[in-house]
Amino acid sequence: MKRTISLTINGKTYTDEVEPRLLLIHYLREVAGLTGPHIGCETSICGACTVLVGGKTVKSCTMFAVQADGRELTTIEGVAAADGKLDPVQEAFWNEHGLQCGFCTPGMVLSVKHLLAANPNPTDQEIRHGLDGNLCRCTGYQHIVNAVKAAAAGKGGV
Amino acid sequence: MIPQPFDYYAPATLREALAMIASGEHKILAGGMSLVPLMKLRLALPEHVVDLGRIPELNYIAESGGVLRIGAMSTHHDIESSAAVRAHCPLLAEAAGHIGDAQVRNMGTIGGSIAHADPSADYPAALLALETKIRIVSANSDRTIDAAEFFVDAFTTALEPGEIVLELQAPVEDQGEGYCYEKVPHPASGFAVVGVAVRVKKAGGKIAMARIGITGMGPRPFRDSMAEKMLESGTEIGQATQSIGQGEEANSDLYASGDYRRHLARVHAARALRTALTRAS
Repeated sequence: MKRTISLTINGKTYTDEVEPRLLLIHYLREVAGLTGPHIGCETSICGACTVLVGGKTVKSCTMFAVQADGRELTTIEGVAAADGKLDPVQEAFWNEHGLQCGFCTPGMVLSVKHLLAANPNPTDQEIRHGLDGNLCRCTGYQHIVNAVKAAAAGKGGV
Repeated sequence: MIPQPFDYYAPATLREALAMIASGEHKILAGGMSLVPLMKLRLALPEHVVDLGRIPELNYIAESGGVLRIGAMSTHHDIESSAAVRAHCPLLAEAAGHIGDAQVRNMGTIGGSIAHADPSADYPAALLALETKIRIVSANSDRTIDAAEFFVDAFTTALEPGEIVLELQAPVEDQGEGYCYEKVPHPASGFAVVGVAVRVKKAGGKIAMARIGITGMGPRPFRDSMAEKMLESGTEIGQATQSIGQGEEANSDLYASGDYRRHLARVHAARALRTALTRAS
């Protein structure tokens, strides 16, 4: 039995009829047309599908679209400013070479935003703990940790 | 989309939810961190799913009369970051911080976790060491049982069809108590190969009170009251922890044999006790 859901993604309201068995990641990519969140493992391990729901990171492959009814979501498409100016976290990933192939980056960036919102000056250990749910097969993580520290430093005083 | 279609219900009140699940034919969805992966693997094929995520009355953390009350839909992140939990039951906050990863802690709930009763889950060790009580309700019943009675076997609890976990009630830890949760995480999944939660109270340089809860070692979590008594009667830590897990069934898998798990439980209980003692005053 289909249900109508209405949710806000990156400030825009979406209303659609969905089957309860539709996963949120499939809704985002195939119904809403937002292909920024990636499907990596689809087993809630890799974190490539990470989006913000109500300001908190979740793995959108492990949530049904119906559970997001009425909620506010942010995907990677909603992180940069409308004029295309990158968010400081994105800027830091660029400057510090925090990515190679880029597949994990949409999830990484949202996890970093969530981490820095709660802890604006994390230690290396706190960064690694905070990004435990996001796998990267290219960088060996060191450049990602550097990028988080650069983003945190750039945010000083904000 | 997953293969199995199901009907989805999202009640807004506890009363409504209890009426819906009274027949016992519905699967309850809390945070979904265990259920959704099981549904994807077709290990769980529920036809009716009742989502408790829209019932605000199940999501609270409050201390009253020396008891910390935690609503079943509190997430691991809520518990890890709650000032009340950190002040009154820091052992529970410490265990919550070891669960899964940030995304899982944002969605997963304490009620869902204990109702699932994964033998490698982190919470049970802390709940046993804290002598937590669990309040369980259905449309026509309301009972409160000890955590030790709640966990029956692997993936098996004292919950009857039609019942849900409503609340966890943990006695507030005394000021000056030491605590520690020590975990050997599985390198791939992060689940506890063994997890040990301890609380200690010192008096005159000796251990006046010890509580030891162990998860991951066997099919169900357990409290080791023999080791607790030995510690309380002056036996030193190394010796008192030697008997931990004796007579308890231990799980074996490709990663760790039962004997190795028992060994880990003893080693990490000793470590946890030493850390807890340095935190006690």
